[in-house]
Amino acid sequence: MKPNPRRRFLQLAPIAALAGCAAKPDEKTEDEKLPSMVGAPIRAYGERSPHDKTKRLVPDLKRPQLGSTRTPLADTEGIITPAGLHFERHHAGVPDIDPAKHSLLIHGLVDRPLVFSMAELKRLPSESRIHFIECSGNSGGEWKAPGGPDAARSCGLASCSEWTGVSLKVLLDEAGLKKEGKWLLAEGADACKMFRSLPIEKCLADCFVAYAQNGEALRPEQGFPLRLMVPGYEGNVCVKWLRQIKVVDVPYQSREETSHYTDLLPDGTARQFSFVVDAKSIITSPSGGQKMNGAGFHEIRGLAWSGRGRIDRVDVSTDGGKTWAKATLQEPRLSMAFTRFRMPWQWDGQPVEIMSRAVDESGYVQPTREELVAARGVNSQYHYNGIKSWKIESDGSVKGA
Amino acid sequence: MRRLSLILCSIALLAQGPKYKLGHAPSDADVSKTDIFIAPDGKGLPPGKGTAFDAKETYSRRCARCHGTQGQGDQEGPLVGGKDSLKSAKPLKTVGSFWPHSTTLYDYIRRAMPFDNPGLLDANQTYAVTALILHWNGIIGEKDVIDATTLPKVKMPNRDGFVKDERPDTGAKAKKK
Repeated sequence: MKPNPRRRFLQLAPIAALAGCAAKPDEKTEDEKLPSMVGAPIRAYGERSPHDKTKRLVPDLKRPQLGSTRTPLADTEGIITPAGLHFERHHAGVPDIDPAKHSLLIHGLVDRPLVFSMAELKRLPSESRIHFIECSGNSGGEWKAPGGPDAARSCGLASCSEWTGVSLKVLLDEAGLKKEGKWLLAEGADACKMFRSLPIEKCLADCFVAYAQNGEALRPEQGFPLRLMVPGYEGNVCVKWLRQIKVVDVPYQSREETSHYTDLLPDGTARQFSFVVDAKSIITSPSGGQKMNGAGFHEIRGLAWSGRGRIDRVDVSTDGGKTWAKATLQEPRLSMAFTRFRMPWQWDGQPVEIMSRAVDESGYVQPTREELVAARGVNSQYHYNGIKSWKIESDGSVKGA
Repeated sequence: MRRLSLILCSIALLAQGPKYKLGHAPSDADVSKTDIFIAPDGKGLPPGKGTAFDAKETYSRRCARCHGTQGQGDQEGPLVGGKDSLKSAKPLKTVGSFWPHSTTLYDYIRRAMPFDNPGLLDANQTYAVTALILHWNGIIGEKDVIDATTLPKVKMPNRDGFVKDERPDTGAKAKKK
C-alpha cells in the first residue's frame, strides 16, 4: 500500500515547523501538488488504472490450454462484464487468427453453399444484443460439496456482454435452407476443432454470429474474429473461432454432446442436449471472502439471469431462508441477460445467513440445492442452479455456505 | 391460370433467393477439405482400415503418454473401465461405459488428437487406434477390422443410456401461479 500523502505531510509538518523554515512560496505542499500535477500523456488505447487489480481467477493447471478462468463476479458492477474479465473455457488453447484470412463456410443441406469473409459478414445487416454466457459446468462443485468459498469459485463461469454480429437466419436465408435441414453443426478453428449440434428452430429464432463484444472486436479468448451466440443456452454451444456451419438432418453426436455436457441421473441414464440455462442468482456483495466493514447500513447486491427470458423477481433472505423480501431490479431487464438486483439492509452485527432466489418470466423459481438433488442426484455435474447462501460471522467475515 | 401459377412460382423462387448477394460459392475441394464431420451412421468416414493389433505402436508413441499404456489414464482420465458404474456413487464415464456412438471416437481422434499435434495420424492409424480403444473396452476383438463400413455397426454398451432433457424438473410451484 502506498503511503497516504496527507499523513506524510502531517508527519513532516511538525519537523518543518521546528526547523523554522516555512515552505517557499513557489514550492507546493504534497496536498497542493496532487490535483495540479501534470499527469500521463494521451495514449492510443486506454488501460485501466494500475491501482485496479481486479482479475480473473486462474487455476493452477498442468495444461493451461485446457481449462477455464472465472469472472470475479464480486468485483464487477452493473450487468456488463468487461471483456478482459469475461470467463474463459478452452478445449485446446486460444488460436491466433488473422481476420483477413478467416472465413465462415456455410454448407450441407442448403441450396447455395457460401463462404463469407469477415469483411463480407460486417457488410450484412448487424445487430447488438446483451446476453449472458454461462458454462453449464458453472457451480458444478456445489452438487457434491456445497459451500464454494466465494462468488468467483462458486459461480464465476458466467459473464455478460453486449455482442454485435449477424443473425444466423440472415446467413441461412442467403444460403437457402433446405427443408430436410433439422440440425446445424457449428465448428471452431481451435486446434481441437470443437463442434456442437444445435436444433435448427433455435438457430432461426435468435442465434447470431458475433464479431464484437462491448463495442470492440472480440478478444482472442472469446473467439476472435467470430463466435456463435446462442442466447440462453449453455456456454459451450457458443462456438468460438467459428469457421464452419453445416446444416444436417440429425445431431452428429460430437464428443462434447455425448461424453461431456450431458447430465447423469441417479438411474444411470444421462440427459442429452440439455441446452437451456435455468434461472439462477447470486449475491455478489456481501459475498464469500469479503469482510463486513462494521454493523449498520449495507447494500446487498447481486446478479440474476435465466435462459428462459427476463428476470421477473429476485427475493433476498437475511435470516437463513425463513423470510424473503423483494429486491429492487435494475432496469432495463433484458431477456437472457444479467439483471442486477439490490436491497438496502441494516446489519446488526450478529451472525446471519443471506441468500437470493430468482424468478424468471416463465414463472420458474430458482430451486434449493435439496430440490435439485432430489430431482437429479449429485452426479449430474452440469446445470447446477441452486440457491447460494453466504454466512456472515460476528467478526464480519463472509463464508460460503 | 397457368400464367398465374408461373408468376406465383417465380415470386416464390425470388423469395428464396439470396437477398444481399454477399459471400461466394466455395469450391468442392474447399468444402471437402473443411468438412471432417462424421455422422452417427458413418457418413463422412474416409477410406482406410485398422485393427486393435495394428494400433499398438501408434498408441504407445502418440497416446500412451497422456492416456496410460493400457488406456487406464495418466495425465488424462481413463479410456477404459467403468462398466456398470453409472448408477453408483462414483460413476466412471469412459468410452466403454458411457459413450453412445462408436463414430464419435473416430471423429474426435481425427479432429483433436494427439492434443499437442491434432491431425498427425493418418486414416489407417486413426481406425486402428479407434479399434484398440474399443477392444480394450471389450467391445470388439483384437483382430476385428474397423473401417467405414464396420465402425458404424459397432453397438456401444451405453447406446441407449441417453434421455431427453426433462427440465424444468424443479421450480414447479411458481409455474402454477
